[in-house]
Amino acid sequence: MRQRKRGRRPIAAIEKCPTGIQGLDDITLGGLPKGRSTLVCGGAGSGKTMLATEFLVRGIMQYQEPGVFMGFEETVEELVENVAAIGFDLQKLIARKKLAMDYVYIERAQIEETGQYDLEGLFVRLNEAIQAVGAKRVVLDTIEALFAGLSNAGILRAELRRLFRWLKDKGVTAVITGESGGESQLTRHGLEEYISDCVIFLDHRVEEQVPTRRLRIIKYRGTSHGMNEYPFLFDQQGITVVPITSIKLDAPAPVDRISSGIPQLDTMLGGKGYYRGSTILVTGSAGSGKTSLAAHFVDAACRRGEKALYCSTEESSAQILRDMNSIGINLKRWQNKGLLHFQCIRPTALGLEMYLSKVYKALRDFQPQVMIMDAVTSFHGAGSLANAQAMLMRVVDFTKMQGITGLFISLANTAGDLENGIGISSFTDTWLLLRNLESSGERNRGLYILKSRGMAHSNQIREFRLTARGIQLANVYLGPSGVLTGSERALLEAKEKAATQAHHEEIKRLQSNLEFKRQAMESRIAAQRAEFAADAADFHTAIWRDEQLKKDERTLKTDLAKLRSGNSK
Amino acid sequence: MAKAQKKRAIPEDHGENSRSGKYVLRLYVTGMTSNSTRAIHNLKNYCEEYLPNHYELEIIDIYQHPHLAKEQQIIAAPTLVKKLPLPLRKLVGDLSTKEKVLFGLDLQPKL
Repeated sequence: MRQRKRGRRPIAAIEKCPTGIQGLDDITLGGLPKGRSTLVCGGAGSGKTMLATEFLVRGIMQYQEPGVFMGFEETVEELVENVAAIGFDLQKLIARKKLAMDYVYIERAQIEETGQYDLEGLFVRLNEAIQAVGAKRVVLDTIEALFAGLSNAGILRAELRRLFRWLKDKGVTAVITGESGGESQLTRHGLEEYISDCVIFLDHRVEEQVPTRRLRIIKYRGTSHGMNEYPFLFDQQGITVVPITSIKLDAPAPVDRISSGIPQLDTMLGGKGYYRGSTILVTGSAGSGKTSLAAHFVDAACRRGEKALYCSTEESSAQILRDMNSIGINLKRWQNKGLLHFQCIRPTALGLEMYLSKVYKALRDFQPQVMIMDAVTSFHGAGSLANAQAMLMRVVDFTKMQGITGLFISLANTAGDLENGIGISSFTDTWLLLRNLESSGERNRGLYILKSRGMAHSNQIREFRLTARGIQLANVYLGPSGVLTGSERALLEAKEKAATQAHHEEIKRLQSNLEFKRQAMESRIAAQRAEFAADAADFHTAIWRDEQLKKDERTLKTDLAKLRSGNSK
Repeated sequence: MAKAQKKRAIPEDHGENSRSGKYVLRLYVTGMTSNSTRAIHNLKNYCEEYLPNHYELEIIDIYQHPHLAKEQQIIAAPTLVKKLPLPLRKLVGDLSTKEKVLFGLDLQPKL
């Protein structure tokens, strides 16, 4: 069949069968090889059965591909119970005829080998099960149990070889699990010899008292795949594999900007805030206001109707809500609205991989636009520095690929530590430093932008204060020895205020002086005008009197004349 | 081991056979393959030799009755299941190794 296929499509790429397991399809670039067998090997308790079961269940639920589970180690009842813990209801799938299960019981003590035989019984059972549900996917868990029950290894090997070929001919995608054995072999009985298309290795090891599950694709014929060891975890929704760093650096670079939640800080960042989808690192010493800065950012995001994930490694959500309330940021309402989700887990409790798997899962499930990681420095406690860096790089990569704006908080213990930032500074886009500025016997908070890729940004150190209305960035005062903060700034402010005041008063004084003078002048004018009016009145009176006199004189003259003429008559 | 045997023996009541000590045998074969025919041939010979008129044999073709393969936990073919007398035992193979077959059936070879 394979030959025929090859002849027909000589350069066709391998068809993939998606597993539906979060992350696994990413690292296998689409899934397991379709119509072929995949070997999943690992030690006891490494999660082989879980992975195989999830492959079947997801196949049924998401891809309408019925499946067959043939178990050699657990009875059907046991398996049903075991996977119920991760939320799979196998009974329902069996009842719906989407899943067929067969438990193969082999008891060595009952079996006597008496000559030539084959495993046709197994083939018949498998065939029966495949036909019963029209299976496209098959799981054999763990077929090597046959070696414990039957002693003729020669026959077994030949029959296994025949079985895998038979499965291939059936066109089913199979997952075969195998217990890992020793140093030289992946499985105890060398199953990898027969199943060579795809081999996945599961590991469960303890490093520094913290157990971590890891998955690695040892080989995958005819396709490229991620080569690293990937951490994975189980929870109520099954397995999640965390792809490490993406192989290519092809994250999109959006140009739109989002507010930091502090208008003055936006101004410092070219007037518009952070780039969407960028990574922001906030480094600061203890009590320098890192969380408050993050809270502002969250608040701004929620105001825009976006979702924010807050991963806290040191404080509980209640504590953060209370503390932020004290500076006037009400985050509770966003939490109630479902826009803000807290994930408060100590990485040391879970181990680094496990913790980041959880973060990764939360990012996938909650689909936020903004995430806060407070604080990345606690990763040190959960693993080595190199590990912590690699892990953070994964988160940063993931957030970038998803266009999530990530704000990472890093605690600096000493001044030298400030510009260190657990080595992730190189892959952050914007780096804000919060530092305590000590001068004239007091400690004040200062903020400056160490770098901000792709935008004009302020180079000033700004003092910021935590007030009841959140963070306020104070205006810059430059003194003889640099930026003035705290009381020095207050003093200068007061001095300037006093100077302004004095100036104002001088003007006022001059103004009133002028007014007084104007009034004096006006009163003088009024007096003179009155004098003049009086003089004019006197003059008029005099003229009038003069005319009266002249009139009287004329009348008198006329009267005298009349009298004279009258006498002569 | 004992538990497993018990579990399998209890639900089945073979009544008369159980009391009379008669052998109850089931031979599961896959069609007429050479292994199958050899097994049938061998088994019949042993039975005639060691258990004349003292056995009940049923030959089942699992190709015809695939569900029986699952029910009876058959993996290999041919498989001879000795249901009675207890303990239950499975003899895998074409039954060509005489000593093993006799041992498996709890029979002593005739001297």
